[in-house]
Amino acid sequence: MRIVVPIKAVPDLVEEIDLAADETGIDREYLTFVISEWDAQALEEALLLKDAGGAEVVAVGLADDPDIDQLLYTALAKGADAAVKLTGAGAAGPSGPSGTRTADRAALLAAYLDAQPADLVITGVQAADDLDGQLPSRLAALLDLPHVSVVIGVEVGGGSATVRQEFAGGRSHELQVQMPAVIGVQSARQAPRYAPITRIRQAMNAGGLSELAVPARAAGDGLVVRRVHRPEASGKAEMMTGSAGEVAGQIVGLLRARGLVKG
Amino acid sequence: MSVNVMVLAEHTDGQVSDGTYELIGQARALAAALGGVTEVALLGRADLAGQLGPADVVVCVEHPALEEYVPEAYERALLEVLAQRSPRLLLLSNATIGLDLGAALSVHWDAPLAAYVSALEIDGGAVVATAQILGGKVLAEVELPGRRGIATLLGGAFGADLGAAGAGPEVVHVAPPAGLGALRMSLRSVVGPDGGDIDISAADLLVSVGRGIESQENLETVQELADALGAPLSASRPVVDAGWLPKSRQVGQSGLKVKPRVYLAFGISGAPEHLEGMRRSEMIIACNTDPGAPIFGVAHYGTTLDLFDLVPELVDKVRG
Ligand SMILES: Cc1cc2nc3c(=O)[nH]c(=O)nc-3n(C[C@H](O)[C@H](O)[C@H](O)COP(=O)(O)OP(=O)(O)OC[C@H]3O[C@@H](n4cnc5c(N)ncnc54)[C@H](O)[C@@H]3O)c2cc1C
Ligand SMILES: Nc1ncnc2c1ncn2[C@@H]1O[C@H](COP(=O)(O)O)[C@@H](O)[C@H]1O
Repeated sequence: MRIVVPIKAVPDLVEEIDLAADETGIDREYLTFVISEWDAQALEEALLLKDAGGAEVVAVGLADDPDIDQLLYTALAKGADAAVKLTGAGAAGPSGPSGTRTADRAALLAAYLDAQPADLVITGVQAADDLDGQLPSRLAALLDLPHVSVVIGVEVGGGSATVRQEFAGGRSHELQVQMPAVIGVQSARQAPRYAPITRIRQAMNAGGLSELAVPARAAGDGLVVRRVHRPEASGKAEMMTGSAGEVAGQIVGLLRARGLVKG
Repeated sequence: MSVNVMVLAEHTDGQVSDGTYELIGQARALAAALGGVTEVALLGRADLAGQLGPADVVVCVEHPALEEYVPEAYERALLEVLAQRSPRLLLLSNATIGLDLGAALSVHWDAPLAAYVSALEIDGGAVVATAQILGGKVLAEVELPGRRGIATLLGGAFGADLGAAGAGPEVVHVAPPAGLGALRMSLRSVVGPDGGDIDISAADLLVSVGRGIESQENLETVQELADALGAPLSASRPVVDAGWLPKSRQVGQSGLKVKPRVYLAFGISGAPEHLEGMRRSEMIIACNTDPGAPIFGVAHYGTTLDLFDLVPELVDKVRG
């Protein structure tokens, strides 16, 4: 069984995000990029399937994503069997506010998967900068494969996958899906495994990262970005200043006024 | 092509979801601006049409495969509805069903899609969406070009429309497409939420904790505060995914919606999916070291103190 896990580099949201001078994108120059957290969950789910019954896990990224080499080597260090970097994104179309548009990303991955099909494509349910929608079902539509997203567990057997799709309030559906299929993962059955830096270095030295040029396909009209800006609402909260003791005093005062702290 | 705005109804256990009424409320405003009407696609449960008072037209497709949400069945039925009704815009939830269907419909119906939408308007004939990206840290104003479009709307960002449109909606039926008989997936079972734990949605005060807590051992400090206050501990999704607290404590889109008198948030950034579950709290007090954290956009009081400095002081003060 061949499992392909598309992964995406996104800005680390812990950092401050600066806007580009023309206000149609973000300034990517000084940002740190990390794997989209849901792609890390997808990779974990794929590795769990490999651990359970054997599978070839291939992590795939786009060469245009910042720091993608590091993320792909991390995937190898965690147990992926191969890592592939696709080139051709630049030819596919203009960048969105935060890099290659999902539509173009899906088109490149579809070209790759047409040439080298997978039994399962497992990727994150979303990425934080998916302006034009999510990858899993777009990719499935281009490949004419069945898809299920917002999945919290995958099992395989007998040519089909059994997946749990999550809804609000802890409700879920168990679905049986014929393979090949595309799955969007919300969370893996366990927290993503950790790859020690020494193992990532080993993977880098072993150099198991291949590069592949794929033909860009037209992805249709995209959204037209008029402007990006910061939410005006930040400033709504009254900020409490002072030492920890003073702020704690203010908070307890607020609670006491509502009868939520006795005395 | 029409100038109508269509909404996909979501329902569980014979009940149309609250989120559907938010979508309808927005659809009505857009339809009025476009000179069209509001249509609701109701799949599998035509008997629920009576719950869709605020719509002008309810478009039903009946087929056994549509009784519960099954992605491929819904997609095929909805594509048939779109082909027959040709709305100007389709509005979906930016939750499980919209995240699952939006992009596939965008390809098959050949319409641009805007995700994470928190505002929508018609500006001189153009459809303009405001999308909340990067965990709510950035807003993008985008135009959906062409003659039709799809938007997935964040829950809780739009007011619900519960008003009835006069005599009630016209109900029309669309024949199920043949594809519903040859699906590549089937529903095996419906799993309900785990019961047994305390109900965080019934609490007057919640002490809520996010990824800023860093580890399970550190939960001890906030647990101490919760105990001192006699309040339950609730959490954002990553804390639950890590296995540090049970699912019943999760606040947000895929957890529970809460509305306590006071919501104390420690180390929670305020991603749209979290805000959906707690923004209607009477008072929100947030502690987050990042002054740009979106949680401060909904909080009434905020502090950028380190939670590990603040929480012990709170425990002391509460214990008096
Ligand atoms: C379909 C779907 C459904 C989802 N449903 C939910 C849901 O129901 N509920 C939910 O919560 N999420 C949900 N999410 C996830 C959501 O997108 C976010 O990933 C999540 O809310 C982030 O949780 P967080 O704020 O705890 O973590 P982060 O975003 O990582 O934020 C941690 C914050 O802690 C602050 N911090 C760090 N250290 C300290 C310190 N010492 N003192 C004070 N502050 C500190 C940081 O500045 C940061 O802002 C869902 C996602 C998807 C795709
Ligand atoms: N708790 C987390 N917070 C943010 N990002 C995470 C988290 N866990 C995993 N990731 C992402 O996954 C990558 C690999 O992390 P790890 O699984 O810890 O090796 C990191 O670089 C992050 O981008």
